[in-house]
Amino acid sequence: MNRVTTFAAALAAFLFGALPAAAQGIDETINSIFADYTGWYVGLIFADLPGTNFSWIALWLVVGALIFTFYFGFIQLKGFGHSIRLVKGDYSDPDDAGEVSHFQALATALSGTVGLGNIAGVAVAVGIGGPGATFWMVIAGLFGMATKFTECTLGVKYRNEYEDGHVSGGPMYYITKGFKERGLPGGKILAVLFCIFTILGALGGGNMFQANQAHAQLSNVIGDYPGWITGVILAGITFVVIVGGIKSIARVTEKVVPFMGIFYVVVSLTILFMNYDMILWAFGQIFQGAFTGLGVAGGFTGALIQGFRRAAFSNEAGIGSAAIAHSAVKTKEPITEGYVALLEPFIDTVVICTMTALVIVITGVLNVDADTGLYVWDEAAGMISTEGGVSGVELTSRAYAQSFSWFPVMLAIAVVLFAFSTMISWSYYGLKAWTYLFGESKASEVTFKVIFCLFIVIGAAASLGPVIDFSDAMLFSMAIVNIIALYLLMPIVKAELAHYVARLKSGEIKKFT
Amino acid sequence: MTQEVFVVAYEGDDDSGTLLEYAIERAKKEDAALHIVHVLEWSPYSFLTPQEVEERHSRRKEELARAKAVIIDPAVVKASDAGLSATGEIRYGQVVELIAEIARQKSAAMIFVGRSGSNSISARVFGSVPLGLAQIAPVPTVIVP
Repeated sequence: MNRVTTFAAALAAFLFGALPAAAQGIDETINSIFADYTGWYVGLIFADLPGTNFSWIALWLVVGALIFTFYFGFIQLKGFGHSIRLVKGDYSDPDDAGEVSHFQALATALSGTVGLGNIAGVAVAVGIGGPGATFWMVIAGLFGMATKFTECTLGVKYRNEYEDGHVSGGPMYYITKGFKERGLPGGKILAVLFCIFTILGALGGGNMFQANQAHAQLSNVIGDYPGWITGVILAGITFVVIVGGIKSIARVTEKVVPFMGIFYVVVSLTILFMNYDMILWAFGQIFQGAFTGLGVAGGFTGALIQGFRRAAFSNEAGIGSAAIAHSAVKTKEPITEGYVALLEPFIDTVVICTMTALVIVITGVLNVDADTGLYVWDEAAGMISTEGGVSGVELTSRAYAQSFSWFPVMLAIAVVLFAFSTMISWSYYGLKAWTYLFGESKASEVTFKVIFCLFIVIGAAASLGPVIDFSDAMLFSMAIVNIIALYLLMPIVKAELAHYVARLKSGEIKKFT
Repeated sequence: MTQEVFVVAYEGDDDSGTLLEYAIERAKKEDAALHIVHVLEWSPYSFLTPQEVEERHSRRKEELARAKAVIIDPAVVKASDAGLSATGEIRYGQVVELIAEIARQKSAAMIFVGRSGSNSISARVFGSVPLGLAQIAPVPTVIVP
């Protein structure tokens, strides 16, 4: 008996002692393999334009957003009111009650995008680019609305509807079907490429990065503990939701996440209200910083680049993921989903990200030189010197804690929930890309879902810098393929829009309430 | 004189038998027609996962088929067998609002609703269907115990 106990104790000691060490070893091996084989690709995707420090991929997204904005005649301004009316259900036929409403489609798509980008991403942008980055982030968000409009309309128009009533859609479907309809070559190749990027992006940015950040937040609050524990728990919960079909957990998260989002906005507004005398000053900092940099290295371009990059990362406009989410909605008019989707970058970037940025600026966590009034640049960290030298989520946490000491705990819970809901959404996006490539069988679906859950453990346990970089590169690669397709297919959306607007004006499409 | 219509808010659970029998009895006495309504609780503002969004259309079809086969059809048959003119309807939405709306549309003379569920904690906090109907019903409403 004694021997058994001793053996068990030894085994436990070995497992708990050796596992992290083994994980460490595996980490390093994976890191070096990834850095060796994928480093060139990551470098290529995030490469700067010659003679500048502006990455071409950020420009790609912004130029796309600008072109769609002009091509559709500033649809994000002209159609904003109509979008709100659609979400309110003014145009919903009561006989269709029980189908997914526009509001639900929007909320589901938003729960995939609202998350770390709004909390950590903004802090990174403001930390490196100064308050002025906020201005460019909002501008990029406003233009990005036109991109979402375009991709989500196409997502619904070219989805596959099966006999049992379920639907599959997204860029891979509009690329193949739309290209065929317009007599364009190369649709199949682009669609396959898009799917590969989506699967890898889902496993990385939509999964490992989320798990990693969730663990970082938890250990911040609870104290340091092995990441694989968070990983196994998160993977277990995700497994029962996506493989076991235990909808109740997902439903709880889906209810809590919007609540968290609203709560975040309310807390932000409260802090702004408490410091109401500084709001105008903060806006002044944002506008001034947008064009001068306020002493931030990189100045105007630094602010611009950080703002644009973070907006693209946060609202996913042009990436193609939203098109997958929206295409599942049963609607007679594809263009209505476009209208609804254009609200996403607005809520995500223009509203929520701006809140975070304002709170960071107002609470004074960014150090300012009392003599010059300029921000103090920390050369070693490559960002503005902050209180306590923190960045990312911690910077946001510290800014909010200035007003509410309990906020870091709430933020940790919010980050974990946001991470979880983002993972659930990306498991779906990844799955749709997977089934497009490998067929819509139960076995193929379960295979992907199990792989997805395994990657959660890896993501939480490891600090896989190069792997995360590679997965970021995959997300943006999705945007390369997707935006090329959007350029080629945008005349179809224009025709849909003209037809819809004409019927709206003639009264053929009428309000029900 | 046109025949009067009684609207029955029919849940289809174990207690609903008494409600239906009472409504049939009253309708026979008054020579009225029965319109039996089953409402599937649904809010366009609830939150769904992407998977649920995808499956919603087929789930809705299944739910409607089930409600028709298990709840509404047997109730209509029971009322018809009792010699009444009876129709059935299945709707998605908020029970109280829909029953009141249908009563208005059908120019119903009366609404019949069961008392079941009125004692649960949530019913006490958020209000139950009979209580809600008591407040907004456009016509006299009978709450059957």
